[in-house]
Order: sequence, then structure tokens, then C-alpha cells
Amino acid sequence: MQADEMALWSDRLVLASLAALSACLVTYAVAAALAARSAGRAPAPILVGGPEALTASPAPVTSDDRANALRPAGTWLMASGAVLLVAAVVARGLAASRVPWGNMYEFGLTASAAVAVTFLVVRRGRRVDAVAPWVVALVLVLLGVSVTSLYTPVDDLVPVLDSTWLVVHVAAAIVAGALFTVGALATLAQMVLSRGGREGRGSSELGDLAHTVHLVAFPIWTFAVIAGAVWAENAWGRYWGWDPKETWAFITWVLYAAHLHALATGGWRRRAGWLAVAGFAAFLFNFFGVNIWIPGLHSYAGV
Amino acid sequence: MRTAVVLLILLAVAAVPGSLLPQRGVASDPAAVALFYRDNPDLAPWLDRLYLFDVYAAPWFAAVYLLLLVSMTGCVLPRCVRLWREVTAQPPAAPRRLEREDAHARLTVEEASASLTAAAAHLRSRRFRVVETDGEVRAEKGHVRELGNLAFHLSLLVLLVGVAGGRLFGYEGRVAVVEGSTFTNIASSYDALTRAPLADPADLEPLEFTLRSFDAQFETSGPRLGEPRSFTAILDWVTSDGAGTTEVRPNQPFDANGTKFFLTGHGYAPQITVRDGRGDVAASGPVIFLPQDQAFTSDGVVKVPDARPTPVALEGLFLPTAARGADGIDVSAYPGLVNPALLLTAYSGDLGLDDGGAQSVYTLDLDGLVEVTGDDGDRWRATLAPGETVRLPDGLGTVTFDGVTRFANFQVARDPGKEISLVAALLLLMGLSVSLGVPRRRVWVRRVDDATVEVGWRHLGRRRCADSDSAALTAALEHDPDNHPESTT
Repeated sequence: MQADEMALWSDRLVLASLAALSACLVTYAVAAALAARSAGRAPAPILVGGPEALTASPAPVTSDDRANALRPAGTWLMASGAVLLVAAVVARGLAASRVPWGNMYEFGLTASAAVAVTFLVVRRGRRVDAVAPWVVALVLVLLGVSVTSLYTPVDDLVPVLDSTWLVVHVAAAIVAGALFTVGALATLAQMVLSRGGREGRGSSELGDLAHTVHLVAFPIWTFAVIAGAVWAENAWGRYWGWDPKETWAFITWVLYAAHLHALATGGWRRRAGWLAVAGFAAFLFNFFGVNIWIPGLHSYAGV
Repeated sequence: MRTAVVLLILLAVAAVPGSLLPQRGVASDPAAVALFYRDNPDLAPWLDRLYLFDVYAAPWFAAVYLLLLVSMTGCVLPRCVRLWREVTAQPPAAPRRLEREDAHARLTVEEASASLTAAAAHLRSRRFRVVETDGEVRAEKGHVRELGNLAFHLSLLVLLVGVAGGRLFGYEGRVAVVEGSTFTNIASSYDALTRAPLADPADLEPLEFTLRSFDAQFETSGPRLGEPRSFTAILDWVTSDGAGTTEVRPNQPFDANGTKFFLTGHGYAPQITVRDGRGDVAASGPVIFLPQDQAFTSDGVVKVPDARPTPVALEGLFLPTAARGADGIDVSAYPGLVNPALLLTAYSGDLGLDDGGAQSVYTLDLDGLVEVTGDDGDRWRATLAPGETVRLPDGLGTVTFDGVTRFANFQVARDPGKEISLVAALLLLMGLSVSLGVPRRRVWVRRVDDATVEVGWRHLGRRRCADSDSAALTAALEHDPDNHPESTT
């Protein structure tokens, strides 16, 4: 198959995935609305604002059954959206004959796929569906921004990116970023659900998910930063130069380190959650803010 | 731990201004601080007093990370002692009420004492440290978690040593080399050389190289027209070890015994010959013009102090692919050499080179210079294609644009601390993975009566342990497959 035809297929797969994920979001929304309605009708034992309001309500019958029937459909739609995205990433890589993360569009595309796949992997065996619609919504936003604002046709790499370290450093950053994303959403959902000091069952499962994900993500992010330093030494002659991208990678790392320390500090659990969210905000700023507004050595490939 | 969290947050906040304000010594744009000064003349001196243009060398930044490292060391050293004590001690005795532990099970077995022996053997095979007493098995696993934790924290100190090594003994320089010319590694050859306080001035690696050729390829079509595609510099070098030829590309530096030459940029050096009013050659050769944009619109100056009777200076714009812009101004449309043109204006008078003050070779000091005007009284201008010659007004001489050569920018670095930093980084990564990935737990198996044993698990990390371990222990305890544990997890 011709390279440009392959690129076209990648674009089509992205559109198909956008459709599947949108349908998934609608399904989740309808399920949540049905569950909320039945929760509103049900008599006493509902924890208002508790996980049951968003996931499974203990109310006897009514529309809740339909909500429960809809949720697996939502999960299936999300899975098919993820599969389509992965196929789009692969097609993009084949079209360019290189790893498909040479510019901001490709990074956004690969990151969307990574977030979706990561969530589908870590949700297994956990009652964390409360956060699923938010993950889908975030993937849709990231993908939408990539397609509308960051899109660039397939092209060769600029010489400074032409290195094996592109594969290693950026892949690690994408994996860590996907885990950070899931971690931040789970943390936020957990903080919302446990408002007022109540520890619902769903919120503790979400907290556990966030914790596990952060424990895996932090060493991977550390590796991404170290790999970046090794690459920088090989490309620019110094392993650390406080380039804005490096600085924000450092800030992200330090905030997540603070998060892990805060978890072990008595009475800091909630603040620990905010630190994880701050770390994720720094990560996001490093991708969008630093690429777009701040000039530096990492400015290349037409954003 | 609260101190650590607060200091970490402070460190993160302290690092922010350095990414938003221009910094000295950050490679992307050496002139950024000067530009900021020009644009904000009132604000800049105040920011400078607060070290905001040198954030990462500022005393307040150093204070934060040194406090952090001191508090960390104060925390880690006692934990090293405690870990040593725990490793050399036996696993502790079971608490009285095992059902209060993180996981608990009561199992019916055929014979309790045989089950305890089986449990001890099973736990040993799973690399637990095991002690058997009468009626009780105590086991513990995962001290390596704390070892990793301590290794991670101590590696930060090693990293500091590595960073300090580079800052104290290394050097960093920049040099532009024109095709065909030779670079000799002595301090005066550099355009800029930053040497660490303790670096030995005589320690520059003895070497010499000639830039045989430089080749640049650009995208020739599509929306990314003009984007760079490949750069290759070919060097003929001589070092104390011998001589050879090397290709240098981005990501592929020339390494001369630890001093590395990185290809970081390039540009054009038009060859210009100036004959003075008497017809003698007063200046000849390639002149480096600094690129101003992606299409390599470049500017530069030619100083001809030896021209007689009057010294001359030329200010010029070099366009590799000259095109008429929308507003009637000539610009370069493409970074490659398609339609090269040299646009010149001229000055005459005292160039100010004899008063001993330092001057940039890329700009003119206009004091004492007079703009050369044409016959119409307007400013004299000329546009030359390669091979063309133009006569300067007022009998000042002629200028010939002989041709175009390229120059390559090299970033030169020697960092004697970088191996230490790399080792520290690897130790850090290993320690971190172990300390976050390995669970630490204790397990006790106790005989209740002849047919009943009790199992209690305690997790000493913050994470639940994998259920597979407790399931495997249960299986090892049960002789009779019909038995079902009543778990009270």
C-alpha cells in the first residue's frame, strides 16, 4: 500500500474512533442519568454523592436495570474506540516509516490511544466505572484538539529528532503520561466522592487505583527524564540545561515525589490528592504550554 | 515527612520562574536576557537583583535543594541503621490477635503441626525469612524494599556530586567554523568559552580539525517546504592519538578523548573580496553571516580597516533564495541555495579598531563612520549575484561577491562529572523501582488446635499485597482439597 494511502487510512480510523468514543460517552451519560433517576426515587439507603449515585444503585428495580444493561455496551464502545485508535497509530507509523510521535499531532494521537488502553487495562477487576466517562471525555478532547488544531500531514523527521532515543524517551513519556492521566482522573473522582470525610466503597477503590497507577507511573516518568538527559547529552553536549521542557519535566517529577511523600504523612491524604493533580497539570503544561508559548531547544517540527 | 513535602513543593515552585523568564547560560537563545533588558529597562534590573535571570544558580534555589538534601540525609541515615538492625534480627513473634491483621484466615487441616512444617517450607521456597517455634511460624519478606528506598535517596547525593563535578571541572564552548578552515583547540579559537572555576586552562584537549565540507538538505515541497531534513559535516582531524576523517551529524558528535563537538547549527559565509581605492586587495575570504530566520535570511558585516586611502565597512544581507516579498522588500524564500544574492550598503571612516576596545565581528560600531551615498544623494545600495563586482562611489574601491561557502556551528563540551551522574541516575531508577514495586510483609501461621491453624498477614508497605501469595500459602497448608478457609479479609 502506498504511504499516502496509509496516512489516509490512519485519518479515517481516527474519525471512526472519534465516533465510537462519542457513542460511548453518550451511552455512559444515559446510564448515569437512568441510575440517578432511580436513585432519586428510591427511599432511604442511598448515599447521596456516594459512589452508588454514579455506578450501581442499590435501589430495588426501575430504570436502574436499564442503566446496568447499558454500561457493558459503553465499555464495549470504549474498547472498540481504543482498538481503532491503536490501528490509526500503527497506520500513521507505517505511512511515515518511523515511530508515530515525531510532532505534536502524532504525540496527541498516540497519547489518546495510550490513555484509552491504559484505562481498559487497569479497570479490570476493579469497581471504578465512575471514572470511565471522564476518561472517555478526556480522550475525546485530546483527540479533538489533535485533529482540529495540531494536525500535520505525514512527513520526515527533522534531523535532531532522528535518533533511537526518540523511540525510548518519547515512548516512556507517553506511557507515564497515560498513567498520570488515569491517576489524576481517579484521584479527582475519589476526592469528589469522599467529600466531607466519608469513605464510600467506590471511592476507596478509586483511591487504590490512583495509588497503584501512580506507583507504576513514577518510575517510568523517572526513566523518561533520564533517557531524555542521555539523549540531550548526545545531541546538545549537556545532559541537563534547564531548557523549559526539561524544567517542567523536573517540576512534574518533584510534584509527584511530593505526592508520594504526602501519602505517607499523617493527615495529608487529601492534600496528597491535590499534589497528584498539580503534578498532572505540570505534565499537561509541559506538553501544551511549553510547546506553544515558550521558545526553547524542544521547539521544532512546527509544533 | 511533612518537611520533605513542604520543601518539595517549594522546589517545584522555585523552578517555575526560570522557565518563564529568559535565563543566562541556557543554550536556546544567548541574547534573550539582553533583549529582555532592552524591552523592560525598568523591571529587568530588579529581576536581576533577585537572580531571576540565573534562577538555577541563585542562592535561594540552592537553599531549597540543599535544605531538602540535608533533611533527606538526616532522615535516611537513621533508617539505614534501623534497616541493618531489622535485617540482622529475627522476624518478630505473632501478635496475640491475628484476626486484627490486614488479612486473616482460619483453616481446618488434618494435622496442625505437619501443616506448620509445610507452611515453613513453602514460605522458605518463596524466599521468606522464616523462624519456626513451637506452635508458630513467623516469616517476613521484602527488606529489599527499604534497601531500594534508601538507595534511591542516597543516589540523589551521588547525583549532586556528579553535577558539581561538571560545574567545577568542565567547560563548554561555541565555535563557528567555515568550510575549508581549520579549528585549533585553544581558548582564543572559541567564539564563546565558559570554563568552570576549577578547570585547568591548559587542559583543553590538544586537537585540530578542518571542516572539509558541510551539506544541508531541506524539504523541497509540500506544507513543510524548507524544513531541515539532514545536516552532515565532514571533519579531517588530528589529535594526540593520530589523524582521521569523521562525519558529524545532529545526534552524532565528534568525540576527541572525551571532548565532544556537537553540530548545533549552520549558516552561510559569502566569499567577498574588497579592493581599495588604489586597486589593492584589502580584504578577501568567506565572512560569516548570521541566519535571522528559518529561510536563512542572514546578516553580517565586512570591516576593511586596511583600505587606502579611506577605510571601508560593508553591511550586508545574504539571501540564499532571493525573492521579492509582498511589501517590496527582498527576503529569502527557501533555506537552500537556489538564487543567492548579496545586498550591500557601505560606510567609510574610522572603524574604531585601533583604540583597543573589544568589538563584535558581527556588528558595526557606527561612531566615526559615514554612510556612503550614491550619485543621487540617497544611500548607496547594491545587489550582487555570485561572480559579480560592483564599484563603490567616491573612489572607495570595488566589492566582488566571489561565491558562497557554508559554516557549521559546533557546541563543544567536556563534563568530567557526567559518568558519575549517569551511575547515580541508574542507581536512583533501580532504587525507586524496587522501593515502589516490591511489597514488604509479615506472615504468621499459628496452631490453634490439632486440626486448626490460623494465618495472619501484615503489609508493611502502603499497598495491599497480591492475593496470590496468600492463596498459595493456603493451598500449601491444606492437605484436604475439600477444606474451605473462612476468610475474614
